[in-house]
Amino acid sequence: MADVVIIGAGAVGCAAAYELAKYKLSVVVVDKESDVCEGTTKANSAIVHAGFDAEPGTLKARLNVRGSEMMEELSNKLDFAYKRNEAMVLCFDKDISGLEALKEKADKNGVKGVSIISGDEARALEPNLTDEVQAALLAKTSAIVCPFEMTLAFAENAYTNGAEFKLSCAVTGIDKDSGGYIVHTSKGDIKARCVINAAGVYADRIHAMVSGTPLKITPRKGEYMLMDKTAGGYVSRTIFQLPTKMGKGILVTPTVHGNLLAGPTAENIDDKENTSTTKQGLADVKAKGSLSVKNIPFNKVITSFTGLRAVGDRGDFIIEECSDAPLFFDAAGIESPGLTSAPAIGEYLRELIEKRIPLEKKEKIAETRKGITHFAALSEEEQDKLIKETPAYGKIVCRCETVTEGEILDAISRPLGATTLDGVKRRTRAGMGRCQAGFCSPTSMALIAKKLGIRIEDVRKNGVYESEVR
Amino acid sequence: MKNEYNIIIIGGGPAGMAAAIGAKEAGEEDILILERDGVLGGILNQCIHNGFGLHTFNEELTGPEYAERYADKVKAMGIPYELDTMVLDVTALSDGKKAVSVISSKRGAVTLTAKAVILAMGCRERPRGALNIPGFRPQGVYTAGTAQKLVNLEGAKVGKEVVILGSGDIGLIMARRMTLEGAHVAAVAELMPYSSGLKRNIVQCLDDYGIPLLLSHTVVDIKGKEKLEGVYIARVDEKNQPIEGTEEYYPCDTLLLSCGLIPENELSSGAGVSIDPRTNGAYVNESLETNVEGVFSCGNVLHVHDLVDFVSEESTRAGANAARYVREGKAAKGREVSVTVGNGVRYTVPSRISLGALDDMTHIRFRVTGVFKNVSIVIKSGENEILRRKSRILVPSEMLDIILKREKLEGLSEDINVFIEEVQQ
Repeated sequence: MADVVIIGAGAVGCAAAYELAKYKLSVVVVDKESDVCEGTTKANSAIVHAGFDAEPGTLKARLNVRGSEMMEELSNKLDFAYKRNEAMVLCFDKDISGLEALKEKADKNGVKGVSIISGDEARALEPNLTDEVQAALLAKTSAIVCPFEMTLAFAENAYTNGAEFKLSCAVTGIDKDSGGYIVHTSKGDIKARCVINAAGVYADRIHAMVSGTPLKITPRKGEYMLMDKTAGGYVSRTIFQLPTKMGKGILVTPTVHGNLLAGPTAENIDDKENTSTTKQGLADVKAKGSLSVKNIPFNKVITSFTGLRAVGDRGDFIIEECSDAPLFFDAAGIESPGLTSAPAIGEYLRELIEKRIPLEKKEKIAETRKGITHFAALSEEEQDKLIKETPAYGKIVCRCETVTEGEILDAISRPLGATTLDGVKRRTRAGMGRCQAGFCSPTSMALIAKKLGIRIEDVRKNGVYESEVR
Repeated sequence: MKNEYNIIIIGGGPAGMAAAIGAKEAGEEDILILERDGVLGGILNQCIHNGFGLHTFNEELTGPEYAERYADKVKAMGIPYELDTMVLDVTALSDGKKAVSVISSKRGAVTLTAKAVILAMGCRERPRGALNIPGFRPQGVYTAGTAQKLVNLEGAKVGKEVVILGSGDIGLIMARRMTLEGAHVAAVAELMPYSSGLKRNIVQCLDDYGIPLLLSHTVVDIKGKEKLEGVYIARVDEKNQPIEGTEEYYPCDTLLLSCGLIPENELSSGAGVSIDPRTNGAYVNESLETNVEGVFSCGNVLHVHDLVDFVSEESTRAGANAARYVREGKAAKGREVSVTVGNGVRYTVPSRISLGALDDMTHIRFRVTGVFKNVSIVIKSGENEILRRKSRILVPSEMLDIILKREKLEGLSEDINVFIEEVQQ
């Protein structure tokens, strides 16, 4: 019997596992996908929000600010990419009351380093802003992060500290049992004392398996366009917009790896799997992005994608023990700033559990996690040394992002390693560049096929293998 | 292994090999070819169809056969080459030499220097993301060249029911290749009202197999969350915008993209080489030298060719010119004129000509902007007409090569203009 079963291996589920694995608990993470980070976590703005946007007094505000405070140290301990690049919220109106309201919220939420600047001051900092910008809120603590690496870092550290991961494992039902719960999955039953529901857009369905209380999650579609690294320096800060008569704004931001990202749109839908982009959505990203930043090089788009935010029905995160299901904890409705809040949500879930079950820290845990060595980020001396130790680092597989065979072998060999092309891509950036895997995919596929002992044409881009391969 | 060379050639495909041979034949002994792949030959190795070498060898060879002839020659001439070697950076140094940072399992990470560098890195395919096709991002969407590599080199089966977007040569070749592999190719959709592939490929790869070519059509939606299930193809108007109501659903498990090739000039840009937005390749003079002295460019990294024979010819010249640069240093180039484009001409290579350093023959290569029938190609310098050549048909898919004798160019004072004159019937 597991002490805690966490349903969902996204940012929230993995952050909870990271936190709980430090304690004398048996922790099992289950996910229907073949990899961690396959849902909302893999397709979002990748922003560490400062915390000026959330309504003061809400769980969202508290966990956002706390998550933002935790992130830098975590990125050092767990070895994931993070950069404090600051943010601006642009106001296109002479009336700047919208910005003043945000500033007030920032103060109430305890966000430091927030000020209002004029349009000219904003343009002095970001020369590519449009002339329509009248004023801006500047937030010094805003940052960007790699959501894939962050989630993998939580998962790998949790794994090292004893958490078990059952992937390609869909939850089909949950029954209450004398000792807690029986979680029925596509890979058999798991007995659990506690359950954490971190199932993203599916959190309402998981919730309904044990509880009669209402909970509805609406997927909110957000379409994005990602541009080549040669466009990455177009803005250095994350550029938000105050809502305008065109609706809720979109952002333009550099990514932590130096690309330029514009999006997301916001459209509520019913289909929890509809991650398709649309002609209209991409047109909206272009039109609204151009309101903030002039001449965005949309001719340098290398890919477009859609993410689904899991929007709850209470206007706030829903993180609580179910009133009619003891020791069943929802972590639901984790929309923006969910990525930022994830580590704080993990901490908060542990506090909720601790109130019900006495927890004891393990005597010895791994405090840190070492990520995959990113060859391109090393100096020539370091590269030389690495190649001489391990010649596979002297072989480039992905030309665009300078990813070596050594990195890909690490990605598919390490614990919770990649079994799909997208898994390799998220871990190493092979295929993430301007040719979008044209050159590297045959080699990556061959390396995966060899590792899994399958035919090259059976290597999947994503999703679940029909028979067990891991 | 030494670290200093007279000429370093980046790329061991058809361009790099021909450049090396050209340099060696011009008397240069100290050459190194750097190739990122495990064999010489570049993209030719996966082009197992025939049709290569008609101009160069007067016979029809397959890609690997054509590559082998050059590779054999490189080896016979004793030109050093290093495989599985990636160049990460090229920098022009203050003393005129070039620093070339490379990595390989053999060398580790090291910076080499060269008096001259020849850029011969080839091109890449335009990916789906750059085409902004809406829809899902499932497995089963490949660029045509990636599918070609999987089928021809990895022996993998790529799909059973295929749609191809774009009628570039690789797309056409792959329509036939997939058919021979037992797949059914439902259609080739082409955005433009004409194909961007060679006529002979349309006949031999589509017509012979009854594969429809849908001109003025494009893919407007991609279905299937994890694996491709089908695509919607719609007709486009004269502005290339999809016409609503014309969408037709094609169930398929494979979508191949043959929508353009982009010279891979990231290294060139890093070295300070100016790039021509029309070709995405370097601006060069008649010696194929870029704006950075001692850095030459040839083959598909300079401008995308339709025939490898032209690549070899061009690259041999680049090699000979690099050898001359090493031998003589900065040449007295004399007066320089620009080569400008007029009606119907998209670009020219070269874009400038130094009149003081002319070879016996100067090539001007270019492509037209659309389909032209019964026209004349005209080259003028001011009012001075240098060339007028009648042509029954000109198409954008075929690169044109005009060779001008030294006498035609010597003593010119005004820029050279290349244009198409549409003659009255």
